[in-house]
Amino acid sequence: MNWEPLLLTLKLAGVTTLLLLVLSIPLALWLATTKSRLKPVIETLVSMPLVLPPTVLGFYFLVAFSPNNAFGTWLNEWLGLKLVFSFSGLVVASIIYSLPFMVHPIQAGLSGIAPSLKEAAYVMGKSKFTTLIKVLLPTIRPSLLTGIVLAFAHTVGEFGVVLMIGGNIPGKTKVASIAIYDEVESLNYAGANFYSTVLFLVTFCILLAVYLINGGYLKRFWK
Amino acid sequence: MIALTVQKKLNGPNGDMLLDLDIQIKKGQLVTLYGASGAGKTSTLRILSGLLQPEKGTIQVNGAIWFDAVTKMNRTPQTRNIGYVFQDYALFPHMTVEENLSFGLSKDGDKKEVMELLEMMELVDLKDRKPVTLSGGQKQRVALARALVQKPTILLLDEPLSALDMKIRLKLQDYILKVHKVYALTTILISHDIGEIYKLSDQVFVLEDGKVIKNGTPTEVFLNDKISGKFKFKGEVLKIEKDEVVYLVTVLIQNEVVKVIAQESEIKQLQIGDRVLVASKAFNPVIYKIE
Repeated sequence: MNWEPLLLTLKLAGVTTLLLLVLSIPLALWLATTKSRLKPVIETLVSMPLVLPPTVLGFYFLVAFSPNNAFGTWLNEWLGLKLVFSFSGLVVASIIYSLPFMVHPIQAGLSGIAPSLKEAAYVMGKSKFTTLIKVLLPTIRPSLLTGIVLAFAHTVGEFGVVLMIGGNIPGKTKVASIAIYDEVESLNYAGANFYSTVLFLVTFCILLAVYLINGGYLKRFWK
Repeated sequence: MIALTVQKKLNGPNGDMLLDLDIQIKKGQLVTLYGASGAGKTSTLRILSGLLQPEKGTIQVNGAIWFDAVTKMNRTPQTRNIGYVFQDYALFPHMTVEENLSFGLSKDGDKKEVMELLEMMELVDLKDRKPVTLSGGQKQRVALARALVQKPTILLLDEPLSALDMKIRLKLQDYILKVHKVYALTTILISHDIGEIYKLSDQVFVLEDGKVIKNGTPTEVFLNDKISGKFKFKGEVLKIEKDEVVYLVTVLIQNEVVKVIAQESEIKQLQIGDRVLVASKAFNPVIYKIE
């Protein structure tokens, strides 16, 4: 059996989730606290991937990142980034595609914290950054976990965006969901079944772990 | 010495309101802010601690300027060194009692001080517990202890006892007095309970619609009516009914419902919902102890 597409999927989901976490915390913090008039616009943009067909996103990425136009050329020449039909392109597209799944839980968690918690840390002499790291984020641990898992699982399951911008290059952009499609196309149902079973089990275990942890079942078990 | 001369527009429950304060508090005093909800008491504490920025005025504490609207001087809450006990306690839920306290230590702070405070507030047995598992009175003691870790110059207590029952309340009042005696901290307390104010404070500021309408010692403020053999209670008319030749007026006084006999001439000007004063010449009042 060829494990390469599955490993590629896990690598893509891992890298995407990590970068998303770093990106989403400041964004969610801003959304949770701002009184700016821009907020609804930014919120809409963050949520767009929820409703837009993945192919639409993929199509525009393909156009934007293409070396045939200005933005793609600029990326290529200045940053050395070739985002079409490459792994880094998949990562960028996945980050945008899974953004709401990371931002929404964190934003909801941060909005749910009583302001006095933050203020208590301030009057105790703690900076905004220390307060974020030591008070706010630990308080919303369940939300962080939910965000991480949803973003990871959503990236594992993406298909349309990957197909549009990544294509089907073995070892580079051929992730498991594409491989399944590929196997079905060539009527190799056993191969498709192999990838599908593994994906099914992996996602089931991840989600089960989240519900166990957030529901406090594990803690009760260990006691 | 605290000199607070500030103005700030607030969005109160009854629309916009101007908080307009000119308050002086001597060093080491325990003063109380008293007044109805929405009178600006919490906002006053927030302005003093730097969590809320006034539009005009100055804040001076022990000779140092903390805020000046003209020169745009504004010390951040982090640099004001204020101990603040929030109404909802604001304990950090993911930390144990001890960790909540240690969080307030500065980098070169001594862990021993945390232990001393835990002992003083009788929290040693609870030091490894998370806030979720504590009762209201215990949370309150943790919040008070935590506010003292940083050795504040001013201690602010925002209705610290309002959510607690009477017995625990009395005990916690003793803790506050103890803290005030030991540290001689300038302390500002928000309270609705006149008994509590008598017991704890040197001075009272009565706030109404963002302004101080009265200030002085508790006796001066609350006993300014000439003392006589009269009992007087303010209440609200709940019901007026006719009974034979007289009228019976049902009045709610605090949490007690009482019936008062009235003549027809007195009834004429009364309506349900009116605020009234029920007074009685008390010839020989009897005092019973309530357990």
